[in-house]
Amino acid sequence: MSAAMAAENTVAEGRRIGDVILDLQGISLSFGGVKALTNISFNVREHEIRSIIGPNGAGKSSMLNVINGVYHPQEGQIHFRGSPRQKMDPHQAAAQGIARTFQNIALFKGMSVLDNIMTGRSLKMKCGLLRHALYWGPAQREEIAHRRKVEEIIDFLEIQSIRKTPVGRLPYGLQKRVELGRALAAEPSMLLLDEPMAGMNVEEKQDMCRFILDVNDQFGTTIVLIEHDMGVVMDISDRVVVLDYGKKIGDGTPDEVKNNPDVIAAYLGGGH
Amino acid sequence: MLYREAGQFKTSYSADQQIFPILQDRYGYWVILAIFGVLVPMLASEYWLKAILIPVLIFSLAAIGLNILTGYAGQLSLGSAAFMAVGAFGAYNFMLRIDGLPFLVALILGGLAAAAVGVLFGLPSLRIKGFYLAVATLAAQFFIVWVLVKFPWFSNNASSGVITAQDVVILGYHFDGPQAKYVLTLGVVAALALAAKNLVRTATGRAWMAVRDMDVAAEVIGIRPMRAKLVAFAVSSFYCGVAGALYAYTYLGTVEPEGFNLDLSFKILFMIIIGGVGSIMGSFLGAAFIVLLPILLDNVVPAIFGNALGAGFASNLQLIVFGGLIIFFLIVEPHGLARLWQIGKEKLRLWPFPH
Ligand SMILES: Nc1ncnc2c1ncn2[C@@H]1O[C@H](COP(=O)(O)OP(=O)(O)O)[C@@H](O)[C@H]1O
Ligand SMILES: [Mg+2]
Repeated sequence: MSAAMAAENTVAEGRRIGDVILDLQGISLSFGGVKALTNISFNVREHEIRSIIGPNGAGKSSMLNVINGVYHPQEGQIHFRGSPRQKMDPHQAAAQGIARTFQNIALFKGMSVLDNIMTGRSLKMKCGLLRHALYWGPAQREEIAHRRKVEEIIDFLEIQSIRKTPVGRLPYGLQKRVELGRALAAEPSMLLLDEPMAGMNVEEKQDMCRFILDVNDQFGTTIVLIEHDMGVVMDISDRVVVLDYGKKIGDGTPDEVKNNPDVIAAYLGGGH
Repeated sequence: MLYREAGQFKTSYSADQQIFPILQDRYGYWVILAIFGVLVPMLASEYWLKAILIPVLIFSLAAIGLNILTGYAGQLSLGSAAFMAVGAFGAYNFMLRIDGLPFLVALILGGLAAAAVGVLFGLPSLRIKGFYLAVATLAAQFFIVWVLVKFPWFSNNASSGVITAQDVVILGYHFDGPQAKYVLTLGVVAALALAAKNLVRTATGRAWMAVRDMDVAAEVIGIRPMRAKLVAFAVSSFYCGVAGALYAYTYLGTVEPEGFNLDLSFKILFMIIIGGVGSIMGSFLGAAFIVLLPILLDNVVPAIFGNALGAGFASNLQLIVFGGLIIFFLIVEPHGLARLWQIGKEKLRLWPFPH
């Protein structure tokens, strides 16, 4: 990313782990009879990389959906930046600085890479319908200013050559990268990543890892990461939560989690 | 001059954000506008102006309206003609009931009336999608026409709701000949087409397309899907409404509610399918195609087959050709003529190299 932007952010934030900014207490979520999450509590500290791991169906994606307001848990409290959170919709979560990517890529298929990433700026754009229709004065200036910001993200993710390509035509690995770009365009303070490296080859994984670490490092963005590749998780996480059948079975630093007997049992003997 | 980008480097984002980033397209737009604005009205016969060019322009505007809703925002509608009716009867009543109201203001008010009705009938889109929404807009189609027939107030107590458009006067100039009416129609349509192009390339259009492609993801990044849908219904209906008012004032002169029936709604839907779903230019291509094809068939078929096939054959052939084309475009090229045009341009850009 551009030197100016990077400098501005590193000086301001740097990479030091701060206070708890997201605190989840006793979260339970069920769909009809299916209990997706049972009485789960954990917290996320500012600037950290917090991973959620667990076998398929453990409730990891549901957890992210609770955090950014797509799902509403039947029980439990959420505190974000100190204040308790009532039922909130994804739009409000976005307004509070939470951005995310999806396990099954959720890009806007018919739009170009550039337009997809531009949508990430939606909350920061203020001009209305009439000004857009005339593409005059403020509307034009606003589009161009945000385009400049988006181009910084495009440079950062090294996707300059595909900026005008419709995303539907891109290979899977690049689509994941564009989806990260769209989330970054919102300049979030917290980024939720749902299996950003799934289905990637080693090289693509390395790139993605580097981007995640750079985002965390340069902008101080707090990251909640779901990932199956244990090597990656143990390598880049500050702390890890382990879920199994909707219950929390481990929580701590990578080393603590690795040596937790419940976690070992779930991963070795669980039979999933 | 070759159609090339070479040497046209974009040195600023404002240059790259232009409507027509390629120089030849930019000139092309003004050349086309000059041809249709100056040469055509001087050279075209009265028949061409009245029976072909004016309706093509008006249908293009209605097709842009439907394209905004269906092509960009992804909400299927079968009520376009009804929103045209609201625009026509709206403009008529504003002219009738407000003394000295300038025509262009009445035109805009007619469009706004259609926009308001459009939002009302767009409300179901907040809960239902696809086929079910299409059925809800079908209800709008029948309900609006029924209201306009049922309540004579809308047609100033004329029998069966027929209205005759008042004279069009702008700044003292009477637009009564076909040339004047054509130029007026072209001006309104060109301005609104430009506005539509601006809408779809800025945040408004991105919100529409985001909601069309994946509404959950749209909400997660801070777009309000409900708002985007209702805005799409409003803008779309505004365009249809203005098209409807022009239909009455610069094309037919006399219209009745039944003229804005389901057939017309389908015709507009076919225009965007053939022209290109999600393309402003496609709306023009589709409208031109659908107006011109029957005329072409009427002239070509007897020339080839003589009168041996009978009079009914030509109109049946029309339906067969339309049906075939629609199936072709739906299956083979959902982006219609506009996409074929674009492919042609891409080839031209690289010509003579195949890749
Ligand atoms: N929208 C939903 N409706 C019904 N069941 C759901 C829904 N989302 C998740 N679940 C269920 O919740 C459980 C956890 O799913 P998920 O959070 O996707 O797990 P993971 O991401 O760990 O693989 C599964 O049993 C899944 O079927
Ligand atoms: Mg999952």
